[in-house]
Amino acid sequence: MSMIPRKDLLDIASLTNEEIEFVLANAVPFKDLFKRSVKKVPTLKGQTVLTLFYEPSTRTRSSFEVAANRLSADVTHFDIESSSVVKGESVLDTVETLESMRVDYIVVRHKQSGIPGFIAKNTRASVINAGDGWHAHPTQALLDAFTLREKFKDLRGARALIVGDIQHSRVARSTSLIFRRLGMHVAYLAPGSIMPRETPPEIPRFGNWDDAFAWKPDVIYLLRVQSERMDEPFFPSASEYHKNYGLTDARVEVLKERGLWLMHPGPVNRGVEITDQGMNYEKSLINQQVENGIAVRMSVLYWLKPGAIES
Amino acid sequence: MTQPPDKLRQLLDAAGVVRCLDEIAAAIDERWKNESRIALVGVYRRGVPFARALAERLIARGREVDFGKIDITQYRDDLQTMTVVPKLEGSDLDFDLEDAVVILCDEVIYTGRTSRAALEELLDFGRPRCVQFAVLVDRAGRELPYQPDYAGLRVDLPSEERVSVRFVDGDGYDEVFVRPWPVK
Repeated sequence: MSMIPRKDLLDIASLTNEEIEFVLANAVPFKDLFKRSVKKVPTLKGQTVLTLFYEPSTRTRSSFEVAANRLSADVTHFDIESSSVVKGESVLDTVETLESMRVDYIVVRHKQSGIPGFIAKNTRASVINAGDGWHAHPTQALLDAFTLREKFKDLRGARALIVGDIQHSRVARSTSLIFRRLGMHVAYLAPGSIMPRETPPEIPRFGNWDDAFAWKPDVIYLLRVQSERMDEPFFPSASEYHKNYGLTDARVEVLKERGLWLMHPGPVNRGVEITDQGMNYEKSLINQQVENGIAVRMSVLYWLKPGAIES
Repeated sequence: MTQPPDKLRQLLDAAGVVRCLDEIAAAIDERWKNESRIALVGVYRRGVPFARALAERLIARGREVDFGKIDITQYRDDLQTMTVVPKLEGSDLDFDLEDAVVILCDEVIYTGRTSRAALEELLDFGRPRCVQFAVLVDRAGRELPYQPDYAGLRVDLPSEERVSVRFVDGDGYDEVFVRPWPVK
């Protein structure tokens, strides 16, 4: 019925199944709010949510800001570019500054794994990891699970194929973990050079679409191809990637034939991991992922409590 | 039909609950006799079977009734001090609130804080023409200026006691009784 609050949300791995269930279940009434004339509840009135993004991300940041606004929190963005971070201020100095401002929730994105956890240890505020290095992106995973649960009565046994740069993807890491925690089967499709060397034995790894389709997935989850990786020697060129691993028009036809669901964490690179036709695919859940992201983040903010004792 | 072991004494037996429900429904019917529709909105949790019991009686009297329920958790003023986070049940008002006559139903009014939250939430759904409060039990001890328009039973109890209500609908029996607050 009710749940002990946690102080921080840093990854999926540390959540219990009951906690995952609690966050997903509460996201349903939060999503219902979006249909009302007043899309806002006073749940976090008087609380301050601060977004601290060391890596740019318009979408995730906006999603958190809309979520916090709809809970009536006061939302502030700590602008890294214009702050003293560029002058060499350490993360800890920044956190001390924020601590003095008495913010209640800090949403952190950083290119280095573990920074949100480090910040969490040094502040009374609740810290939400909005993506750290290759480590984790827990709210993305929660919104992915929530989105699929709207389509599948029971996720147990459903099969998701995750396609792309698995090795360097915190999304792949967190989302495949939550899918498996909810009883789904997960497989990876990636070029050999960016397939993780060590994966749990129950995750099949494919090098081409034919083998991956033969595994009979229900959901195709495309990862974003990071353009900055394109220059790296082990990464295929954009056109090569598209031809071999992208969702080409011909592959969209296979999805259509089989009625498979399509997901992508956004923003998409048209012509690389997906085509225009793929974007218009009728069973694409990409827009629903965006909408659900707000509801799930509201549910996370509702559950976490600044200063809560970590058990 | 298990009875709670910590029951101190009964305030209303099953017949008493039914009598109160009949009286409140009759009073609502009389007050709004020129109104074509009335909306009954139950406050989760036991305000919902309470509202449903009133709705059934009004329908039996030939009235047209809209029915809804609201979960006030998101509007509580004590969320920051609670040691556990309540699971949300969600609100469900799928009729048009504009210009509606709404009776907000809760099983007990005591401090008035739930009534404040319920009214605030209701008004976020739309702009009803009129809102009234119906309760089965009006317990003295208001902390906010909210008063019921309809009440089945009025009581004044020592602060260490709390009122518990049970409805056939959901609990299997009708009863109002007193028990101690749970130990915190």
